[in-house]
Order: sequence, then C-alpha cells, then structure tokens
Amino acid sequence: MSLATTQSIAEIKARNKELIQEVLRVYPEKTAKRRAKHLNVHEAGKSDCGVKSNLKSIPGVMTIRGCAYAGSKGVVWGPIKDMIHISHGPVGCGQYSWGSRRNYYVGTTGIDSFVTLQFTSDFQEKDIVFGGDKKLVKIIDEIQELFPLNNGITIQSECPIGLIGDDIEAVSRAKSKEYGGKTIVPVRCEGFRGVSQSLGHHIANDAVRDWVFDKVTPESKPTFEPTPYDVAIIGDYNIGGDAWSSRILLEEMGLRVIAQWSGDGSLAELEATPKAKLNVLHCYRSMNYISRHMEEKFGIPWCEYNFFGPSKIVESLRKIAGYFDDKIKEGAERVIAKYQPLVDAVIAKYRPRLEGKSVMLFVGGLRPRHVIGAYEDLGMEVVGTGYEFGHNDDYQRTAQHYVKDGTLIYDDVTGYEFERFVEKIQPDLVGSGIKEKYVFQKMGVPFRQMHSWDYSGPYHGYDGFAIFARDMDMAINSPIWKKTKAPWKEVPKPNLLAAE
Amino acid sequence: MAQSAEHVLDHFELFRGPEYQQMLANKKKMFENPRDPAEVERIREWAKTPEYREKNFAREALTVNPAKACQPLGAVFASVGFEATLPFVHGSQGCVAYYRSHLSRHFKEPSSCVSSSMTEDAAVFGGLNNMIDGLANSYNMYKPKMIAVSTTCMAEVIGDDLNAFIKTSKEKGSVPADFDVPFAHTPAFVGSHVTGYDNALKGILEHFWDGKAGTAAKLERAPNNKINLIGGFDGYTVGNIREIKRIFELMGIHYTILADNSDVFDTPTDGEFRMYDGGTTLEDAANAVHAKATISMQQWCTEKTLPFIADHGQEVVAFNYPVGVSATDEFLMALSRISGKDIPEELARERGRLVDAMADSSAHVHGKKFAIYGDPDLCYGLAAFLLELGAEPIHVLSTNGNKAWEEKMQALFGSSPFGQNCHAYPGRDLWHMRSLLFTEPVDFLIGNTYGKYLERDTGTPLIRIGFPIFDRHHHHRSPVWGYQGGMNVLVKILDKIFDEIDKKTNIAGKTDYSFDIIR
Repeated sequence: MSLATTQSIAEIKARNKELIQEVLRVYPEKTAKRRAKHLNVHEAGKSDCGVKSNLKSIPGVMTIRGCAYAGSKGVVWGPIKDMIHISHGPVGCGQYSWGSRRNYYVGTTGIDSFVTLQFTSDFQEKDIVFGGDKKLVKIIDEIQELFPLNNGITIQSECPIGLIGDDIEAVSRAKSKEYGGKTIVPVRCEGFRGVSQSLGHHIANDAVRDWVFDKVTPESKPTFEPTPYDVAIIGDYNIGGDAWSSRILLEEMGLRVIAQWSGDGSLAELEATPKAKLNVLHCYRSMNYISRHMEEKFGIPWCEYNFFGPSKIVESLRKIAGYFDDKIKEGAERVIAKYQPLVDAVIAKYRPRLEGKSVMLFVGGLRPRHVIGAYEDLGMEVVGTGYEFGHNDDYQRTAQHYVKDGTLIYDDVTGYEFERFVEKIQPDLVGSGIKEKYVFQKMGVPFRQMHSWDYSGPYHGYDGFAIFARDMDMAINSPIWKKTKAPWKEVPKPNLLAAE
Repeated sequence: MAQSAEHVLDHFELFRGPEYQQMLANKKKMFENPRDPAEVERIREWAKTPEYREKNFAREALTVNPAKACQPLGAVFASVGFEATLPFVHGSQGCVAYYRSHLSRHFKEPSSCVSSSMTEDAAVFGGLNNMIDGLANSYNMYKPKMIAVSTTCMAEVIGDDLNAFIKTSKEKGSVPADFDVPFAHTPAFVGSHVTGYDNALKGILEHFWDGKAGTAAKLERAPNNKINLIGGFDGYTVGNIREIKRIFELMGIHYTILADNSDVFDTPTDGEFRMYDGGTTLEDAANAVHAKATISMQQWCTEKTLPFIADHGQEVVAFNYPVGVSATDEFLMALSRISGKDIPEELARERGRLVDAMADSSAHVHGKKFAIYGDPDLCYGLAAFLLELGAEPIHVLSTNGNKAWEEKMQALFGSSPFGQNCHAYPGRDLWHMRSLLFTEPVDFLIGNTYGKYLERDTGTPLIRIGFPIFDRHHHHRSPVWGYQGGMNVLVKILDKIFDEIDKKTNIAGKTDYSFDIIR
C-alpha cells in the first residue's frame, strides 16, 4: 500500500509542494522558472488545475511529447482504412509509426485496406535540393496502378516539406482532377509545427473539413436511408478494438452508428457524418475541432462521453440518451441493466485485490482524466496525473469532474520529474507510455502502457472494463514485484520499520 | 454477451463472437461503401501474378514497407554505447520520441535520449538557442559524462552548423569548456540507420582522437597490442557483444569494444533505474587510437569510420555479420593473426559442436529455399550460413543495400553450388519481396517483425532474425555470432522447419502418417 493512504490531505499537499520545489532545483534558473508553471498541487474547488499547458517543450529536458506528424498521420488520419496515407519525406517517420498504434480494422490489407502498410516517398538528397513535387506526382500514379482499390490518398507532410517550399496542395488538386475527382488530401503536419502532437490533430481536422467535407455537396444523399437515431463516434481510434466495444453499446440502446472517427473508419463514413443527428465525442482533445465545425456548419450537436469504467459508462449512456426520445432512454436503461451483472462480477472479483491502491498517470489525449473513474470503480485512487499535450480546457475538465484535492499535476512532464515524483510518492501503479514503461519497471513499480493498452484492450465499454480490471490486477499483483531485490540484499523499508 | 469476469476474453477472442461479427458485417455493408467482394478477390489474385510483379518492380518513386530506418536512430544506438553518454538529437522533438519508442519496443528496455525541440521559430532563425538551452538543461538534469549530438532532417534542411553551435554553447556556459560534446550530421534523407551509426561513431572517435574540435591537442598514436571491435547496428548487440567479449577473454586478447551498448540495453530489474550502464569508457574511446587494429563486424555500418581509423595508422578489418562456421573461422583467425594469440582448444571444441549439430540436422535444411531481408551485412552473414547448410538463399533483399553490396552478394552466390539460383535485390522494399514470394515461392522467410505481414499474405513461414523484433521477446539476449551464436541460429531455423512439418501433418483422421515423433 502506498504512503498516500496513510496521510492526511494537508500532509499530501505539503509533500507534493515540496516535491515540486525539489525537482525544480535541478534546473538552470531560466528553465526552473518555465517548468514551475507546469507543475502544481490541485486545490479542490478550483476551475482548472493551475498549470500552464500547450506551450513549447524546453530543449534537452527529455519531453515525452511527439510532433504534429504523429498527431495527424499517427492519430487522426492513419486509421482511415480504405485510404492510402503517404508519409511524405524521409523514411524514418513512417517507419517508426508503422503499425505501432494498434488501430484495429477489418479489411483485406494491401488490397482494399491499408492501415498496416508503410507508404513513404523515402526522400533522398536530390528531393530536398530539387523539391519533391514531381516525385509525389509519380507516387500517386504508382499507387493508382498498384493499389487500384484505394478510395483516397492523404499526403502526410514530414518536416522537410514545409522547409523546401513544396506545393503539395497544387499536386493534390491536379491529381484529383486527373483521377476523376478522387479524394486526395494534402496535410501540412510537418513535425516542427506547433509544440506537440496537438497541432497535428487540429491540422488533420481542418484537412477533413477542407478536402473531404467541402467536396461533399450539402444536398448529396447518403448511401443509406437516414433515421432519427443516427450518430457518429468521434475521437475513438479503436485501439485494441475500443470503438467496437463502444459501438455495440450505442447500437444496443437503439442508436445507429453511421461513422467511426477514425478507428476502423472509411472515407464513406467521414463523408456521411454531416448527416448524423448527434456526434458523440470521446477524445475531445484530438477531435473537438471537427465537432465544433459540424455544429456550426451543419447544426449537429456534439456530446462528450466517457466509456472507461461502469460509473462513467452509465453516466454517459444516460447523457447521450438525453438527446433522444424515450425509446432511446429506455434503451440506455436496458443496456445498463443488461451489463450490471458483468460489472458486479468484475468488481466482486477484482476490487478486493485493488482496493486502496494508488496510481500515477501521464498520458495523452483524454486519458489523463477519462480513466480516473475506471480506477475508482475498482477502489483505486489516482494521486498524480498530467497531459502530454493537453490544453487549458483539458485541465478545466480534469479539475471540475475528475481529480481529487491534493492530486499532483504535471504538464508535459520531463523524464527527470516523472522519475523523482514516482520515487517519492511510491504509487502502486504507473500508467504511461512505452518510453516510460521500462524505466518504472526497473524501479520495481508495476506499470501499464495507457496508450497501446500494453498490447491488450479494448478498455472501452463494459467488455473493455473486464479486461481493464484484469490487466490492472495482473500488473499490480504480479508475484514478480516481490522478487526485485535479491534476498541477501533485502533492506527493510524505513517507513515499515517506523510503524513497528 | 460473451465477456465474463470469470474468463476474461481478450481482443483476439472477444471480437470473434457472433455479436461483434454481426455488428462488423452490418457496419461494412451499410456504411463503408465497400468494394464488390469479387473485385477485391480479383485484385488480390492479380497482385500475386508475374504481371503485377513487373509493374511492382517498375516503381520509381513510391516505397512500400521499406526495411530500413533513418540515420539518427543509428546515431542514438551508437551513442548510448559510451559510458554515461546522453544522445542529444538537434531538430524536431517528435523524432526523438520515435527513436526511443522504437528501441524500447525491440529491447524491452528504457531508451534515454533528448531533443533540442526545435519549432517554427527555430526553422526561421536556426536552432542555436535550442542548442544552448538544451545542452545546459541536459547537463544539469541528467549528469552525463558526455553528450553526443546528432541531427534530424529539419536541422539539416535549414543547415544548422553543429560545430559552431556547440562552440557557442560552451562559450555561453551551457556545459564546461572541457566537457565532451562530439557531434555528427545525420540527415535522414541520406542513407539509413546504418549510415547514422557510422557517422556518429566516427564523430565520437574524431572528437577524442583529433583534438576535440580544435580545443585540445590531437592524440599521438603510440601503438599497443589492443584490438578494437565495432559491432555495428545490431538488434542482437546484447548477446553478440557479450559473446565477443567471452571470445576475446578466452583468447587472452586485450580489447576495446567501441560503442558497447550491451549493458545499457540489458539492465536488471532490481529496484534501480539505470539511465546509463556500462559502455565504452571515454578513456578507452580515446586510447583506442593506440590499438593495433580495429575489427568491424559490419562493413556497411563502418564505411566512413574504418577509413578514418586506417588513416590513423591502424590495420582495419571488416566482416559482414559473421554467422556460422566459416565466417566465425575467419573472424577467429583474423583475431589470432593480429594478436599473435592461438585459438584456444575450447573454441575449437565449440566449432566442432556446431559442425556436429549441422551434420546431425543438415538433412532437414539441405535444399530448402529461403528468402532473407534486412540490413546489408546481416543479409550477407545469414546467406553465407545458409549456403554452408546446403540451403538456398533464393531472394536476398536489402532496402539499404547498394550496388557494391549487390556485387558482393552475387560473388558469394557464385562461390557456392547452392547459390546458383540466388539473387540480391538492393534498394528494394517488402512490397517487392511480396511479389518475389508469390512468383518465385520459397520454403522460409527470414526477417524482422514486419515479415509477419508477408507470412500472412504469402503463406511463407517467417523465421524472425533482424531488427526490429517487436512481437517476440528476448531473442536479442542470445548471440548469433561465434560458434555458439551459429548454434542459436541453426536451432531457430530448425524449430521453424519442424513446426511447419507438424502443422502440415496434424489433422487427425487425415494426415496421421508423417506426424512423426522422431526426426
């Protein structure tokens, strides 16, 4: 059991504040001043977490963040399965992001689906010197010849594209015309733009608006007969099948899901979304932009929801049902009742094993707040959290709906800070990414990757909650953590000594 | 509802259930505007044909599924092989997140590296301030003994001058004037990760040997009896370098492993996170100039480093990822010749054991056809071993292989009766390999994790050897070099061969014959 549970809130706050001061001491003065704004101890009742966010990372500190390309190709566009996404520039970006995000999809890979292929223009020195537009033209022709069943192409710009002055928009327009109006989307997601993945999400959203929506005439009919219950899932990337274990609940309550953005998504689904009656938004951070646009342009309301853990699922099902008639409201109750026995069984099995355990998180997107409820459903407590690329509106939502008084907040945490925080707070579990996983496991701290679900999942929905609970249990209660110290080197912990 | 608390269904079971299958079928039919299944089938079959292969090989611009990464990855890999060295990549920060993830996914280990986090303003004004601040922060936070700088393509396109930037940073007090900050320009649009390895290693040796960027006297070479060894970019660095050390010690040779990252990519779980572990000491890196000779285990990872070393008066010898009997023989004989030490009986016995094992099992490998892809040296080493086994490495493909590599491969094929039908494919990718496997099928494929897509599509069983291996654990801890390593490779190949025979003969009531318990 962690130290946190044996201390009062005041003691925890004092410790966390001291901890922040302690980590700041390592930095040169200028850096300490900048980092201080990103670290705080949450005060209950405040409207946000009291940290600055969405600012440039500081050079040399080992930020965990990625780039705009990662936000566009890796997150938003990459999962659209029937389009070919060209990593435009040198070979690395596409290589490192190849198949690593686990956006599940159904399709015949390489023939009508392309998510787990790596298409790259593999820039050479001559492309940098003379420009890559001609090569891009040829690439599109070669794609058309060798992958004739692709439904569209996106051009995911890597750093050099914006620096050498290529006109990928002109190439896209010309080739689209040549191929009978084919959807070809240039995306200006060069890695140096903005401060993190976040701008890449925004740029990718804007590219959907400008190069997909604007091609669809408002009066165009969808290929299906509309119903009053048509919704679109926005901001679910189907990691380990998350969108599927979410979709099934929406359908069971009587709604019809006409589009998934973007996990297991298709161009047809993107194009049909303006016909939705409601957009349900899971990852607010990466897809609020397009949701707001559809609200303004097409009058489609949007509704944030949270499908992690039964408490939030119940709340969300009712919230979504609130946009519809009694039939759907009854449907929501039916779904809640149907899954209650599963929830009860999962909690009965795992809560006794996890009760009182503490967790520290550092993740991207919606997860630094969205998963808190799922942990609480299992009797666990999140004692520290932070966003890799959150904005102030994320921290507002976190403060108002999720975190407890005294929670340690760290925005764009550095490797050094995160290690020190975990070392001092001694949580029972850390949830973060692949770059952090082995650091903390070496320290003997149980860990789960909370981007890729550590190759497990889904974690969304009721089916996902069972897996989530099982995974947290197996991380924390693995017998291996008792073996990290050689028996002849075992030193009794000072705090345990003091308690005797 | 199939999910239960008692028996929690994972993704690979959950979505196979009828509820989800029905849901996914409806989704496709109603909303995905799917292609006609007959048309999908037609294209799928067409993509297997010689006609498709011809179009595929006529590609001039598009790359699909390349088997290579970019330079800075190799630079980071080499840099962490030095004592308490923090790799610092100058340019966009997302790149560093990618290198760290990539290395961690392969080694299942932490991978520490920092970025200078350049953004739009740096694109306009240059990244000098990022370098100044970045070096100061890294130095204070992570207390390295050395910071090894390389570059992303962003910094290269805008033309940042590392030498000048580091000099200015030192003048501004980011790090002490005598603190070691070697550097290498590693543009991602030239070569591949093996080039980056070469550039970074050369940069580090140049720093220590040639006067630390004009701040110290050049080292005067005073020849001694040591031998330097360079492993090159190698997914098996942990197992291989340890095997090499064992061999050096058995032979009683004084040695320096340059860029020895075998410990930092294999730290224990004992309650302590070691950001730095092991590595070539900075003193040894400097003193390596005095060595009698330098051996590179991978010619194409050291194309610039070896001539640089040779220019300092040492003998240099390059191998091509030696795997198997003859390649190990040559390696050991070179060690013996250079050091004047005999090859001990213990190694002779290990050799005999490998030959024994190959003789025992050769009937199962002989005449089997293989396809191999990977880095140029790895391809060469594995192909040579297969030829020793009487197997035929029919297709050998290296995306980062060049014309010279192709010639060397063809010369190898020409030297063996088993190489007569074999071809080397430089600069090609795994989509080319897909066509090769469909039009000229082989029995087995050797490659990295991405080969599993080829295995699925073409039915060619994959033997995982290479980098990265993401979906199998811990193989990098065992060597593939030395006779011992050859044994490991042999067993890996044999296991797959036997598993495949069993898979083809395990249908009860249909193939009860051939399902043998003795082989």
